[in-house]
Amino acid sequence: MTQPTAAQAAPRTLFDKIWHAHRIFGREDGQSLLYVDSHFIQDGSAPAFEMLRRRGLAVRAPQRGFATADHYVPTDSRDLASIADPEKRAMADALRNDSREHGITFFGLDDPRQGIVHVVGPEQGMSRPGMLIVCGDSHTSTHGALGALAFGIGATEVAHVLATQTLWQRKPRTMRIVLDGALARGVGAKDLILAIIARIGAGGATGHVIEYAGDAIARLSMEGRLTVCNMSIEAGGRAGMIAPDDTTFAYLAGKPHAPRGAAWERELARWRALASDERAPFDREVSIDVSTLRPMVTWGNSPEDALPIDARVPDPASAPNAERRAAMQRTIDYMGLTPGQPLDGLPIDRAFIGSCTNGRIEDLKAAAALVDGRQVAPSVEAWVVPGSGLVKREAEALGLDRVFVRAGFQWREAGCSMCLGTNGDIVAPGQRSASTTNRNFVGRQGPGSRTHLMSPVMVAAAALSGRLTDVRPLLPEGR
Amino acid sequence: MEPFIRLDAVALPIARPNCDTDQILPARYLQKPLADDFGAYLFRDLRYRADGSENDAFVLNQPAYRAARIVVAKENFACGSSREHAVWALRDYGIRAVIAPSVGDIFASNAAKNGLLVVPLAHDAVDRMIERIEAQPGLHVAVDLDAQTVSTPGGDTHAFPIDAYQKRCLLEGLDELGYTLTQIERIEAFEREHAY
Repeated sequence: MTQPTAAQAAPRTLFDKIWHAHRIFGREDGQSLLYVDSHFIQDGSAPAFEMLRRRGLAVRAPQRGFATADHYVPTDSRDLASIADPEKRAMADALRNDSREHGITFFGLDDPRQGIVHVVGPEQGMSRPGMLIVCGDSHTSTHGALGALAFGIGATEVAHVLATQTLWQRKPRTMRIVLDGALARGVGAKDLILAIIARIGAGGATGHVIEYAGDAIARLSMEGRLTVCNMSIEAGGRAGMIAPDDTTFAYLAGKPHAPRGAAWERELARWRALASDERAPFDREVSIDVSTLRPMVTWGNSPEDALPIDARVPDPASAPNAERRAAMQRTIDYMGLTPGQPLDGLPIDRAFIGSCTNGRIEDLKAAAALVDGRQVAPSVEAWVVPGSGLVKREAEALGLDRVFVRAGFQWREAGCSMCLGTNGDIVAPGQRSASTTNRNFVGRQGPGSRTHLMSPVMVAAAALSGRLTDVRPLLPEGR
Repeated sequence: MEPFIRLDAVALPIARPNCDTDQILPARYLQKPLADDFGAYLFRDLRYRADGSENDAFVLNQPAYRAARIVVAKENFACGSSREHAVWALRDYGIRAVIAPSVGDIFASNAAKNGLLVVPLAHDAVDRMIERIEAQPGLHVAVDLDAQTVSTPGGDTHAFPIDAYQKRCLLEGLDELGYTLTQIERIEAFEREHAY
């Protein structure tokens, strides 16, 4: 038997492989300058372009990415001039002007490819295995579902990437979350990630890049994987990633920016080598049996406050200490709940299906299958906001828009919308919202809003019954 | 960027874990121009009621804390969004240091680029510091970046770690982009080597 070489002796993780392939050089303090393959840009980027202007700098590689308006765009019209607030309009206008000035591909409201940046990247095949992707938005972790290293950055870093196509980073630690077992009927990717965050905590993965693995991940669709990786940041993760496999390749094949012909074959061979090597070391390992998971909802103001739908609002009296007790009481007061109250049956005012977490076609299909032939409760204002113009177009080709509208949902235009309300789509103070989004922070969907996070089918079920409810008895046969 | 050397100032206790970026700076102020004073929006929905009146119950509205230049917070401070505005709001209000067991990763990066020092300190040390501050509102905390220590009068002194480079950036007010721009040849070489 021959001695293993050093390379063979050092198994590497998916993360390690991508990190090393993008490392230009290191600094005395241990930070590395990384080359950025793709930089995605949304309409919150005006401050970064302003920083460039102040220094008189050009965009180094305008072809490496694209820009799309999502945070400030209206969802009841496709006309930027209809934005009444001049500051919001200025943000959307600035992206168009900055993109034009610097030669960056821009998907505006007149382009069907416009949409939420984290829906558009994968949809266009611009997010691919092995890439290093950044964007000035924390949910950039989404793109890790394709086997990329993707993370959110601040405005100064956006300006740095625009000017140099590079970024300084300290190498994060790694965490593998292994998910094994078969998901029960009515339980999906959103329930999975909410259960993970409840288990490890909102700061559980701080300083770590998460790799999701296990047979439950292997069986998950590409869209489900995007949902899981999207919310990695809600556990504090620097990024979330999944090794590319046949599901990934089948999703990418034929996408507008995916390689073709011989280039596709070459890339495929490279992508297949990206998966973490056997025995590659992770700094932390977590494993979860997902077979017992039930549909999840959040009750509080942190995504870690997630419980199965048949659970009850926690009682502060059971808190381990006075400080925790006070925090729970504050949350319960804000959310308008009573300790010990069942979550199932809580009346809602708003239902929202959309966002970078759950605004893709599979999400809309699942929700539509549930609401088909049923009616939204009269007390509920229910919205569907597709994640992109192309998702909207595909849904309409399938007739999903008519299913939703017949049931009493509003069928709207693509954007971030009520996930964070920057475009003015907000939940009124005191209103309770069942939402497929990613954050239930105090005031997230508007001042005084009370958000419960859950899956698209759970939101659909809540819209129909007017209350948080277990979706499982409502599921169509055979699902 | 204003150089940071030593700070001896009122410390504001944020005695809750997971104080997210929406609490530090609500999303509706993200559209404000870069030149704006984001300090006016710091903890906006905690400081003000819906009718615009001040919420006396929030710490920053208590007279003893108004001159705060240091935040002492529980774990996972500034988790959530990548908005650099959260850092700008703290900075523009006058906050120069955040002491906490942990902060959001993106917030930490953003802080480093705006002269806001993040001091990682163990849970129990932070808990004790918050207890002391709450018992004596207006208490000063001293942060010495050169010596890498934080201390409360008559209390404990704790050493903290910081990157050598980041320390130099803070002490001298250096700017990272300026440095990277001097390294463009190495970036170009990388692009050639990797057929970018």
